Amino acid sequence: MVLSKKMLRLGYSSALVAMMASLAACGGGSQTATPDAGTTETAAGSDLSGTVLVDGSSTVFPISEAMAEEFGAAYPNVAVTVGVSGTGGGFKKFCAGETDITGASRPISQEEIDLCAQNGIEYIELPIALDGLTVVVNPENDFAQCLTVEELNTIWEPAAQGTVTNWNQVRSDFPSAPLGLYGPGTDSGTYDFFMDAIGADGESRGDYTASEDDNVIVQGVSSDTNGLGFFGLAYFTENEGSLKAVEIDNGDGCVAPSAETVADGTYQPLSRPEFIYVKQSVADDPAIAAFVDFYIDSANANLVDEVGYVSLPEEINEKVVARFENKTTGTVFEGGSPIGVKLDEAL
Amino acid sequence: MTPLSSQATPLDTGWDIEQKEVLNALGRRQGIDRWFSWLALLAVVFSLFVLVVLLVDVLIDGVPVLNWNFFTSFPSRRPAEAGIISALVGTIWVMVLVALFTFPIGVGAGIFLEEFVPDSWLARAIEINISNLAGVPSIIYGLLGLQVFVRILFPITQGRSVLSGALTLALLVLPIVIIATRESLRSIPSSLRQAGFALGATRWQVVRSHVFPLALPGILTGVILALSRAIGETAPLITIGALTYIPFLPDLSLRGLQSPFTVLPIQIYNWVSRPQADFHALAAGAIIVLMVILLLMNATAIYLRNRFQK
Repeated sequence: MVLSKKMLRLGYSSALVAMMASLAACGGGSQTATPDAGTTETAAGSDLSGTVLVDGSSTVFPISEAMAEEFGAAYPNVAVTVGVSGTGGGFKKFCAGETDITGASRPISQEEIDLCAQNGIEYIELPIALDGLTVVVNPENDFAQCLTVEELNTIWEPAAQGTVTNWNQVRSDFPSAPLGLYGPGTDSGTYDFFMDAIGADGESRGDYTASEDDNVIVQGVSSDTNGLGFFGLAYFTENEGSLKAVEIDNGDGCVAPSAETVADGTYQPLSRPEFIYVKQSVADDPAIAAFVDFYIDSANANLVDEVGYVSLPEEINEKVVARFENKTTGTVFEGGSPIGVKLDEAL
Repeated sequence: MTPLSSQATPLDTGWDIEQKEVLNALGRRQGIDRWFSWLALLAVVFSLFVLVVLLVDVLIDGVPVLNWNFFTSFPSRRPAEAGIISALVGTIWVMVLVALFTFPIGVGAGIFLEEFVPDSWLARAIEINISNLAGVPSIIYGLLGLQVFVRILFPITQGRSVLSGALTLALLVLPIVIIATRESLRSIPSSLRQAGFALGATRWQVVRSHVFPLALPGILTGVILALSRAIGETAPLITIGALTYIPFLPDLSLRGLQSPFTVLPIQIYNWVSRPQADFHALAAGAIIVLMVILLLMNATAIYLRNRFQK
């Protein structure tokens, strides 16, 4: 009896210690939550309060994080949270009405359009940035300077599985060397877009090294002299020393991927827009409207560039701003792919 | 050799041969013995080597980013300003809640199944099912948590909250806690129980004052090892919709239970998959923090076990 009482007390005291530890940690945090608040626009922003729930693509996450961070400094009473459920997972939650804004690295698909319609969720589609999918090879590879879209299709199409295994099968004057392929997994929006863009109908061969983490693809190609892989432009610019970008020939000559060629639309067909979708029913909520305005404000486009994406050209951005102002719902892509669609005209 | 051979003259040669064979066999067996211990040592060295390489790699990358700012800042797009406060506090919140849920329920269920239920086919069916549940992939618990805690119990949990996350992880580790409790109770000799019954004690009295206190060190070890599993889980929390960027901390009140949250493994995963190398260093720093918490928990388990065993 005495023994068990002692134990009970010890149990409580250890639980107490754990609680105190969490208290201390929380206390320390809430002090640091506000130091940036007094910098800019506090007078205008501090009255506004509310919550903004953002979720969706991991590709769009760095942009949303940067926006939420800066927005939080200007409007300290608005709580913006950002989740990463992936483009598809994000749309599932968005169309169930669980989130206010969802990020997407591809336009909403037909299935998702139907799902949203079923649940009566209307949305405003806003392109917010551009990205150039970059095909990379090992720096020691001196022959693959430029590849045509057909050659990329030859490499990646489903029929290539088990048959196209050597560089000289891609182009006859390439040397005989085994082809090592690296790419994102089939769940990712990047994969969907790339396979659509090169004409492989959204599907590819299965015998390549797939990874959800683009850094693994970086590692793979930089250590395999005969390797080839693809991912967003930011992963190339951060690893320029250990990778070489391949120029892409879409019929009008070879174009190297860069912020400039992506922005002016000459890097085709691998340039793609990134989107946010805003729930129409909450678009008039002052906190959410303020956040979206902040997100698409051309004055904040530098944030997009800072995290490794290409900001929209001024004239397209104006149309995006107008689109949100008019609360234009629906998609301009009708469940199709954005390849070749000129954003400028579509909007 | 001599005393043996001097006794049995007719079998003289036979003895010699047999003895030789025995000695040979002995040498062979001892040789195998030595080989086995070498192989076992090799296995230990190999696994330790892998561990050391991983640790050194993480420490080299992560130690430089560990400073006060790292512990007290929210995530940021600028690696130099980014910190883990929201993930660290989220992890502590979730772990404390998981402990509060799993200890009474798991230990209670274990005691009931081991001490109170008569051995029947139903009890055996439950036992098999619990063992199976311990092996179910964690993402399945995430899907269950999404439907039950996030959607159906929305009025209580407010959706993707600390409470939903903790309840989901509690479900995940409950089978482990129940099994550990039962194992620990089973190791208490039944003579102790019978002595109690012989003196007229009820089952509750026997369990409360004799069996449970003796089994407690083992139970606590099991609970803390189960929590160590929960602390590293990412998949079920991502499934229920734990967030990645949160610029505020849960209130220290009941309303905090309904607050959105993130945890260290999610923050680590996010940083590891970013293109900038500076974020990878931050991820290594967060891994060190997670590892230290884990080691502290295991150390607590060992301390409690030793203390109660006295």
